[in-house]
Amino acid sequence: MLALSRKTASPLARAAGRFVHNRAALFGLALLIPALLILLSYPVWLADAPNDIDLLALNGEPSWRHLFGTDGVGRDVLSRTLEGGRISLLVSVCSVALSTAVGFIVGAVSAFGGRWADAIAMRTVDLVMTLPPAIFLLVIASIAGAGIWSTVFVIALLSWPVLSRMVRARLFELRERDFVLASRGMGAGMWHLLFRHGLPNSIDILVVYATLQVANAILLEAGLSFLGLGIPPPTASWGNMLNGARSTVVLEQFPWEWLFPGGALVLAVLAINFIGDGLRDAFDPRAELGGS
Amino acid sequence: MSAPLVSVRGLAKRFPSRGGSLQVLTDISFDIARGEVVGLVGESGSGKTTIGRCLLRLIEPSAGELRFDNFDLTMLSSRELRNWRPRAQYIFQDPFASLSPRMTVGEILTEGLDINGIGSRAERLARAQVVLEQVELDPSAIERYAHEFSGGQRQRIGIARALALAPELIVADEPVSALDVSIQAQIVNLLCDLQQRLGLTMLFISHDLAVVEYICDRVIVLYLGRIMEIARCEDLYARPRHPYTRALMDAIPSPVPQVQARRHLLTGDIPSPANPPSGCVFRTRCPVAIPACAAAVPSLRHVEEEHFVACIREDLDA
Repeated sequence: MLALSRKTASPLARAAGRFVHNRAALFGLALLIPALLILLSYPVWLADAPNDIDLLALNGEPSWRHLFGTDGVGRDVLSRTLEGGRISLLVSVCSVALSTAVGFIVGAVSAFGGRWADAIAMRTVDLVMTLPPAIFLLVIASIAGAGIWSTVFVIALLSWPVLSRMVRARLFELRERDFVLASRGMGAGMWHLLFRHGLPNSIDILVVYATLQVANAILLEAGLSFLGLGIPPPTASWGNMLNGARSTVVLEQFPWEWLFPGGALVLAVLAINFIGDGLRDAFDPRAELGGS
Repeated sequence: MSAPLVSVRGLAKRFPSRGGSLQVLTDISFDIARGEVVGLVGESGSGKTTIGRCLLRLIEPSAGELRFDNFDLTMLSSRELRNWRPRAQYIFQDPFASLSPRMTVGEILTEGLDINGIGSRAERLARAQVVLEQVELDPSAIERYAHEFSGGQRQRIGIARALALAPELIVADEPVSALDVSIQAQIVNLLCDLQQRLGLTMLFISHDLAVVEYICDRVIVLYLGRIMEIARCEDLYARPRHPYTRALMDAIPSPVPQVQARRHLLTGDIPSPANPPSGCVFRTRCPVAIPACAAAVPSLRHVEEEHFVACIREDLDA
């Protein structure tokens, strides 16, 4: 009989335990969580709305009235940067949610749907992966038009194939494991196998992918908007703020107009990547062997 | 004797391989009566596990008939097959690979009931408690994860999972070979005990003849995917007929030096199923092989009550 009485942690809880010992990841969290709070709450404490025009301060430099200065038509750079962050967040989270769902479903169909489903799904993945991203983005964006939801759609469409391959590989490996065989031997159907075994054992892939992909989507959104194919003005986004500030005069004489959105972009991507790397290390199966 | 619970006829399994196929099982036929424990012994690569998995339709047999309680398992639709599955369960060799690392013991034990929609949540948990008790684990185990248990305890959980569905047939695939010797005895005793208390029918796969002698009523000796000998346990250990069975018996270490010195040990490895010998598959390693052995595949010959041997050397029977 067992003498143990203490209830010990689940595999997820142990991964979380390793995560909080990762300094870079904690730094990322320390950067991201306050940033999120500020982004989400700014209309409450900031007087200027992102599209309000202050005619007394065109290209105004940072001051107590406008902490980050104003742009060429007198809009507050701080509130536009925060609004741009909100848009970036919205676009990246929505597109990642979409691409994660699509990637998982395609991977699952590929692994569990039989040889034909696998062949069709994987050739589709090959096809999407061979599309040159920049050109594909331009074409789709010009067809679908600019706007938040078409940007979400374009980014999602471009990023699911890598995930579906990882999920497929994981599920293939899982299918041969004894505990999955046992489940089949008890009469489990495809849905049971997928959601009781497939999903919980792919959660590490999904979480890490989703986190790193958020950073990627922020960059893609900024790039698209910079090219004028993402979020259309006057809606603020980091990409179209940088686009608006790309003339030589602004670059040289009004640096606050590109410095703040650019800096916010760099910091956000950096913080999320730190967190993603931390999560990847936390889920690393080799860490399980180190006696946690 | 009443109709057997399991009746296998002409079972064959080929695995596709590069440039053709690999014949892993050839013409396997045997019965298992209700409440009987049949041992399946043979070297690694002789196809023991493949028989067990074919029998539970975890892999598709290439040919042959698998009758279970008088209906043919190979004829079931996938829906009928899933309805049948709870009636026959598998115990795995590796207690580490056979339990999901992301499920608690309670979830593992109730999974089968859950899949088959048996009982309410509370009833399932009650059933899990019952089987935990049957395998002599503490009821508090139900909230913990499998990685917190030792190999022997994990194997008990694997056995409990198989019992949870109250199956009529259990295929135990080398359930003790991955365990320490001291733990092996406990698990074998537990299986013996459960078999007698619950009246289980069992196919016990092992390469350990001592364990098989202890637990089994009848034994099937397998070599390179073919049956060499079938006999009641007492008969087989008292009078092994097939030269391969004799060699296996000789391989059991004996504490008596004289006996130890007299034994014939097999040399070489089991031939590749990709390129099996002609005639009797054992002739390449057989100490009493004669030229005629290469000519024809020996069929199972009735030598005494419930004792069959696939060997043409009738002259050695005495």
